[in-house]
Amino acid sequence: MSLYRSGLGRARGLGSAKHGVGAFIAERVSGVALILLTIWLVWVAVAVARGGYAEARSILASPVHAAIAILTVDVGLYHAMIGMRVIVEDYIEKPLTKAALLILNALVGWAAAAIATVSILKIAFGAGA
Amino acid sequence: MADASPGLRERPLSPHVQVWRWHVTMAASIFNRVTGVGLYVGWLILAGWALALASGPDAYGAYSSVLTSIPGQIVLFGVAVALFFHLAAGVRHLFWDSGKGFMPRTAGASAIVAFVFAIVAAIVLFVIAHISQGSAS
Repeated sequence: MSLYRSGLGRARGLGSAKHGVGAFIAERVSGVALILLTIWLVWVAVAVARGGYAEARSILASPVHAAIAILTVDVGLYHAMIGMRVIVEDYIEKPLTKAALLILNALVGWAAAAIATVSILKIAFGAGA
Repeated sequence: MADASPGLRERPLSPHVQVWRWHVTMAASIFNRVTGVGLYVGWLILAGWALALASGPDAYGAYSSVLTSIPGQIVLFGVAVALFFHLAAGVRHLFWDSGKGFMPRTAGASAIVAFVFAIVAAIVLFVIAHISQGSAS
């Protein structure tokens, strides 16, 4: 039966997939958060340019700054992963290549987030190098 | 059926890149994507920095010597431009999401502001960083 219907004919009237808006909202919410977190990041960049290793360690030894640092890297990577996903879906047509790049995006993003989070926590909890 | 071709008929294509007149809002849109990809790399550099910082002075010294080398500084300057541009472009998008700023004059002006802000803010950040670096040592 469906053999005689075109792809357009089958899709018509069904509406959207009804879950795309989640990524749209997540991108906006993380973007708004990143406006504030970027201000903090710029401040840290200047402080670290001035004070180097010791200054960077002492900033992240503060629980408040460690928490903001974790938020910054993780929300930033989350936002970047959503954006990269959109770019891959827009430009890559081959299903296998697309799937491979989407998986790579997830693995790289989550791995970087885990590495950064553990590193910041290690400094915050005062563990030696 | 008269139509011999199976499946869907040829659909019209939207105006493509080649037939578009260049305009600043288009450049800002493209640059927003490009800077987004650049910032992905920027976050990876930052995650690597956090790992180096947690691994002690030797690892940190090696990592920061790469970042403070001339190629490293060029990359970091690019990341700074990308960060400030993407920030400004993101704010433009938030205005658009609320239905504001779509008039061609407004959209064009805000695109120019985003470009100027990105370059000026990145230069100011690097000047401040380099001056304060000199004052400490």
